[in-house]
Amino acid sequence: MAEITINAKKYQVNSGITILEACNRLGISIPTLCHDDRLEPYAACRLCVVEVKGKKNLQTSCSTKIRDGMVVETHNKRVINARKEVLDLLFSNHPEDCLTCEKAGGCKLQDYCYEYGVEEGTYVGEKKDYHIDDSNPFYTYDPNKCILCGKCVRVCDELQCTNAIGLGNRGFDSKVVTPFDLGLATSNCVSCGNCVAVCPVGALTPKKKEKYRTWEIRKVKTTCSYCGVGCQIELLVKGDKVVGVEPARGTPNDGLLCVKGRFGYSFINHSDRLKAPLIKRNGEFEEATWEEAYDLIIDKISEIKEEYGSESFAGLTSARCTNEENYLFQKMFRALIGTNNVDHCARL
Amino acid sequence: MMITIEMLNEIKKKTLKTMTLRLEKKNNGISSINKENVSDKKHVLICGGPGCHSSGADELKKRFEQKIDKEELTDVNVSIAGCFGLCESGPNIEIYPGGTFYSQVKIDDVDEIVEKHLCRDEVVERLLNEGAIKEENIKPVFEVDFYKKQEKIALRNCGIIDYNSIDEYIALDGYQALAKALTEMTQEEVIDIMKKSNLRGRGGAGFPTGRKWETAFKYEADKKYVICNADEGDPGAFMDRSILEGDPHSVLEAMAICGYAIGSDQGYIYVRAEYPVAVQRLKTAIKKAKEKGLLGENIFGTEFNFNIEIRLGAGAFVCGEGTALMESIEGKRGMPRPKINRTAHKGLWGKPTIINNVETLANVPPIITKGAKWLKSIGTEDSPGTKVFALGGKIKNTGLVEVPMGTTLREIIFDIGGGIPNGKKFKAVQTGGPSGGCIPEEFLDTPVDFASLGKIGSIMGSGGMIVLDDTDCMVDIARFFLDFTVDESCGKCVPCREGTKRMLEILERITKGKGTPEDLDRLESLSEAITDSSLCGLGQTASNPVKSTMKYFRHEYEAHVKEIRCPAGSCQELLQFFITDKCVGCTKCANNCPASCISGNLKERHVIDTEQCIKCGTCMEVCPVGAVIKK
Ligand SMILES: Cc1cc2nc3c(=O)[nH]c(=O)nc-3n(C[C@H](O)[C@H](O)[C@H](O)COP(=O)(O)O)c2cc1C
Ligand code: SF4
Ligand code: SF4
Repeated sequence: MAEITINAKKYQVNSGITILEACNRLGISIPTLCHDDRLEPYAACRLCVVEVKGKKNLQTSCSTKIRDGMVVETHNKRVINARKEVLDLLFSNHPEDCLTCEKAGGCKLQDYCYEYGVEEGTYVGEKKDYHIDDSNPFYTYDPNKCILCGKCVRVCDELQCTNAIGLGNRGFDSKVVTPFDLGLATSNCVSCGNCVAVCPVGALTPKKKEKYRTWEIRKVKTTCSYCGVGCQIELLVKGDKVVGVEPARGTPNDGLLCVKGRFGYSFINHSDRLKAPLIKRNGEFEEATWEEAYDLIIDKISEIKEEYGSESFAGLTSARCTNEENYLFQKMFRALIGTNNVDHCARL
Repeated sequence: MMITIEMLNEIKKKTLKTMTLRLEKKNNGISSINKENVSDKKHVLICGGPGCHSSGADELKKRFEQKIDKEELTDVNVSIAGCFGLCESGPNIEIYPGGTFYSQVKIDDVDEIVEKHLCRDEVVERLLNEGAIKEENIKPVFEVDFYKKQEKIALRNCGIIDYNSIDEYIALDGYQALAKALTEMTQEEVIDIMKKSNLRGRGGAGFPTGRKWETAFKYEADKKYVICNADEGDPGAFMDRSILEGDPHSVLEAMAICGYAIGSDQGYIYVRAEYPVAVQRLKTAIKKAKEKGLLGENIFGTEFNFNIEIRLGAGAFVCGEGTALMESIEGKRGMPRPKINRTAHKGLWGKPTIINNVETLANVPPIITKGAKWLKSIGTEDSPGTKVFALGGKIKNTGLVEVPMGTTLREIIFDIGGGIPNGKKFKAVQTGGPSGGCIPEEFLDTPVDFASLGKIGSIMGSGGMIVLDDTDCMVDIARFFLDFTVDESCGKCVPCREGTKRMLEILERITKGKGTPEDLDRLESLSEAITDSSLCGLGQTASNPVKSTMKYFRHEYEAHVKEIRCPAGSCQELLQFFITDKCVGCTKCANNCPASCISGNLKERHVIDTEQCIKCGTCMEVCPVGAVIKK
């Protein structure tokens, strides 16, 4: 344990953690645009700076470890001025289209500018002027909105391990690029959207089928049904319609998803989707209740088993089922029907 | 091959004989070597430093050899050595015995030198260096003002030995320090000498080398690394290059000593690819050291192994920053790391690593052989030893000088540098390159060491020293350095990436007459914010040129924004060309003006239409009577 003083109050905290971690645990809010606790500290946005007594310059709380006896100021005038300057600089090189930006309401730059009272970018001069990369079917990349926090690049590298994107050029001309800046469609991007999930601003946004504002939606946490991993997702629901998916933190996926879970949700509202069992009557499929369907299945299985025996059955289950469902399926085949003819599509 | 100390001494003895004459230079004219051993051959020493090399040192050597052959002279040796320092007057050559100093020697001068000096012992006066004649007396090179106040430790062998000859390095005590460390000293003892000497890093930050080594030594790990930082990105600085090119073994030896001290068996030299000559000479040196067993396995028969590899940098200034440098060696984009771990604990590939600058390393071998007290007897308490400076700008003797720490700026600029040329007046000196500041005349008597320069708003940096005269506009100087920084910012952190660009834009506006008084406040607050919150030294020091010029030359900034006037008469867009009544009406200006904006009849005073004028200055150049002025 270490004793530290933050904003003139003494606290006992675990040694070995960063100032940012300590503040998070103590409920002291520190702004940051580039930090993600799953990634290596990066210390690029400089928004999380704090004053540490005895240090000449401000220190980034995300990359400074607690030391016993440390005295920290997280919100004094010097710190606030530095944060304002950073926000002002960022916003001076950012499109001023918050009214129509898809990210409005969920944008960290917007939130912090509001919190710190930065009403406009006061620096006039050169501004980013890049083409928008629309070539990926699932998301859009607008480099003009990018604040170069590097999160997308680091998620793709450190967590997703695809390394589809990197930083190109230098200094003011830095840009998140695919190899040779040829565009997303040419890269080895697997469209997992994990970069989109971490982008704090509107630079990486999902392509939407439906317009919605962040404040219009409810988030419903559920388990992704595409495979047995059980990734936790949040369905974005507007009215009674699912309009998007975001990965949830925690086990097992900790904020990551694959392309299916992330972008493959439009089947939910598809007109071809079956919402009730169908039974063929007089050559035509007709909607039925589950009771009717179960009764029919039981009848048919009993009939066939009697006439042709257990070995006449074969069962194939799906990777989209959970472990528990797969267990029950094989149990039904082995114990009830009496055959070992049962398999699973993931083995094929 | 395994080398022993006896073998080393044997090489030394044998080689020294052929070098004795040149040692006059090293010992300021006193030949300390037993005369019996002296070879009586004459020696032509040609400067192969960066400047002289590109102006044809190799051809000079060839021509000398041909002519000497032709004259059938058998008692003359010719060799090329590293930088002599006085680049301004190159190509330079010296002839021994005597140390006669010839400058600006052209290929066609060689025959005359051979015929007169070498055949008949007649000095070719017209080719003598300007500083080598005083009141008709011919002075040897070591008495020339430029050299008199210098004291050479890092450059001790530059300009004397043949850089490609490991034997000549050994002859001047080369590899003795390594032998001593390995066979007579413990790791702790090596570190102790380094700590006591208080040698401070010459790469810019001035961190005590011994303390750094100790930190890495004490941190246990299965692998440790020694890196020589030869990125030298400071515009105008070329001391590291000169050491690598002129005395590569001194760096290799020091790296091995560091490796022994901290317990590392692998060194890397990170050198910019724009230094192909240095790279080539390093490669040769590493190969020869390996052949002799001075690098490799079981050096001097001990358990100690050490190998050195070269890594090429692509020439980004930021890659000289230690953590960006390691990222680059690891094959990643050269961007500084957050300062969460110490490099001496977790550096290259997460292992304890020592990064030292070339010049720092070049100081190490003599400290080991001569001891900590010896170094502390030179320089100041705060900064023992010497520092090499690259003198440039408005100064007579452009070149490389090594002086004891504590020498004043005045001594360096006026006594050694020869002052300001063309009768102009000294205005300021910029030290420390783009991370440094401008120092005005009132501080000329400041002794140069780490602390004193810091106090007056500049830094030692890597030793760039650019002298400015009264025609230099200080706003424009700040703009110039910032332009460099903006280009070289890696783009990782916001204050540096976005902030320096905005600062540059403001300065550009001011130098174009479009600045406002509010811009000055803006510059000040922005400078503070960038310094206070940037990630690495590049951003943290980027505002220094602006801050120091605003501090000492605020009136110039104010003249630009309030009166739209450049007091130094340097900002083109703020100037107006004007024809005075001296005009004789020759029409030359009107005929040459590319914008055709000068009117006037023959033999009558001409007039410039200032609205149309593009301020190219042609009229001023062509006017035969000096009637065109700018104001
Ligand atoms: C932007 C930047 C560029 C630097 N460039 C160099 C360089 O070219 N050479 C160098 O030796 N040190 C350079 N440094 C300093 C190094 O980070 C480091 O302090 C030094 O190499 C340590 O060696 P020393 O202790 O021997 O000086 C640079 C620092 C910064 C912030
Ligand atoms: S695209 Fe988004 S996540 Fe990626 S660097 Fe830019 S702002 Fe950060
Ligand atoms: S200060 Fe500049 S060079 Fe250093 S990390 Fe930040 S952007 Fe890169």
